[in-house]
Amino acid sequence: MSVEADLPLASPRSIRWSRRRASLAETGRRIRKDRLAVIALLVLIGFVLLAIITPWITDRADFNAINTGNNPTNQPPNGDYLLGTDRYGRSVALQLMWGARVSLFVGFVATVLTIVIGVLIGLAAGFFGGWIDALLMRITDWFLVIPFLPTAIVLAAVLERSLWTVVLVIGITSWPSSARLVRSQVLSVRERLYVDRARALGAGRLHIVGRHILPNVTPLILASATLAVPISILTETTLSFLGLGDPTSISWGGMLDQAQQSSAVTAGHWWYYLPPGIAIMLVVLAFTIFGRALEEVLDPRLRAR
Amino acid sequence: MRAGFVIRKCIGAISTLAFVVVFNFFLFRIVNRDPVNSMFRGRNLKPEKLAELRRKFNLDGSKWDQFVAYLRQLLHGDLGYSLKGFRPVATVIGETLWPTVLLVGTSTFLAMIGITIGYRAGWRRGSKFDTTATSLSMLTYSMPEFWIGMVFLGLFSAKLGWFPVGGLEDPGSHATGLTKWLDQLHHMLLPATVLGLAYVGEYMIVARSAMIETLNEDYLQLARAKGMRDDEVRRRHAVPNARLPVVSLSAINFGFIFGGAIAVESIFSWPGIGQATYLAVRGPDLPMLQGLFLLISAGVILANLVADVLYGKLDPRVAGR
Repeated sequence: MSVEADLPLASPRSIRWSRRRASLAETGRRIRKDRLAVIALLVLIGFVLLAIITPWITDRADFNAINTGNNPTNQPPNGDYLLGTDRYGRSVALQLMWGARVSLFVGFVATVLTIVIGVLIGLAAGFFGGWIDALLMRITDWFLVIPFLPTAIVLAAVLERSLWTVVLVIGITSWPSSARLVRSQVLSVRERLYVDRARALGAGRLHIVGRHILPNVTPLILASATLAVPISILTETTLSFLGLGDPTSISWGGMLDQAQQSSAVTAGHWWYYLPPGIAIMLVVLAFTIFGRALEEVLDPRLRAR
Repeated sequence: MRAGFVIRKCIGAISTLAFVVVFNFFLFRIVNRDPVNSMFRGRNLKPEKLAELRRKFNLDGSKWDQFVAYLRQLLHGDLGYSLKGFRPVATVIGETLWPTVLLVGTSTFLAMIGITIGYRAGWRRGSKFDTTATSLSMLTYSMPEFWIGMVFLGLFSAKLGWFPVGGLEDPGSHATGLTKWLDQLHHMLLPATVLGLAYVGEYMIVARSAMIETLNEDYLQLARAKGMRDDEVRRRHAVPNARLPVVSLSAINFGFIFGGAIAVESIFSWPGIGQATYLAVRGPDLPMLQGLFLLISAGVILANLVADVLYGKLDPRVAGR
């Protein structure tokens, strides 16, 4: 069948979607060639599955203070407690499993918030230009210069302690780089011929942004989001370690805080602080490796190199 | 370099500083409606006592009046009073300044070894040296810096006993001169290595990609054609051109190392700005935290200004624009 004969039958929508499917399949093919990226993805899937099934296979009440009074405290790993117990007799393995839920949740949700703020500001700055651009980029510069972690710490310190505070704080402090990225993409896409063509055909601003600019910047946003997740997870870890996390839930950073509070390091209770650190390292490393691979596939400039 | 460029950068830095001051006020007085209440939560203070505390911290009057009072205080170098012993925040911070300058300075110096490694890795791209260095830097990037501190402390201090478990010097030590310096060095080696290790990767990655950018430049071909040795081409022609991105990174990293120092100092009980921040967060000692945030931000803004000006000096194209 010739291409000409095919065209009148396919609606613009179906053409668009078949192209998207094809490019998605192409991305998948390229990623699959990168063995390290595949391993990283498997590690991530493993952690996500663990986080999802934990409530079904364990009981959170098992490490509530009221139920652990008779447990042995500060036990090294043994048959009963795979990773030992902490100073209250709570199982470290159980805390590690439940902690995965909090760390991954904050990592994902905070990244979504970061990207949403960054995309809105970047789109607005790049598309409207003029004084709106100047103002928004000035604010972006301010946020880029002031030190990220201290800002996050003071923000979290003046707000109520909760998971949503942590999410909000990460979102407010880490949007600037994605705003910059989106803006520069918009500036280059805006000048393309097809945008001119759409404008000549009478397309409004919203149409151009939604139909032409956004789909073009989406792949890069996706790659930068994958690289933003590990940063969010590390930030959550540090905030929780400083006692700024949610006091009602256990996260990997919170476990490290507990270990520090009970002098686990100097007492030689390695089973208390090694496992959460290794878990954080694995997840962050996997996200970084996968994100880099994705970026390389989606960003033609990197692919050429 | 044009004077206009420097002035423009200075105005930028001052505007950032002004933003930090407003942001600081906004955080501690508007986001947090009643700082006194959150600081003394659970202490069951009488209303009269609370009102007195509010007066003490300049919290009565309209928000505008408070802002003007806050600015006036700042211009006099008055950062208010810390809740711990009601000492002036500026004095308490002053005492913690030197240990942090020492620690952050040493760690930055250590982390900058990454620049040399990065240049070499980029020059021999894809070599065994390159893949090893890149993998290791990704590994250290993935670990929270304070966790590296915990592991090192557990291994080298608690288990092997090679280093003291924390502090600036041995408690009760009256040593002076060289002995004192050696003692402080002994205490600093572990935290400085940890902080250096946490940021060496970032320097390495940026130096590496800056080097890769220059690899295809014609002047390198020319230098080789002239018969220069490979090593010389790298040192004399490639490295100077790969220096630019590293300069701007150094300023950004300065801010990050300061941030990292907060948790690392608290692990090693290093009596610097980081530990002071940790204690202020734990308190919570909001006036102290506010002062620390202002000071850390000012330091980072200044570092950025220096890097910007230096960048203009290294690359006249930037300053000319």
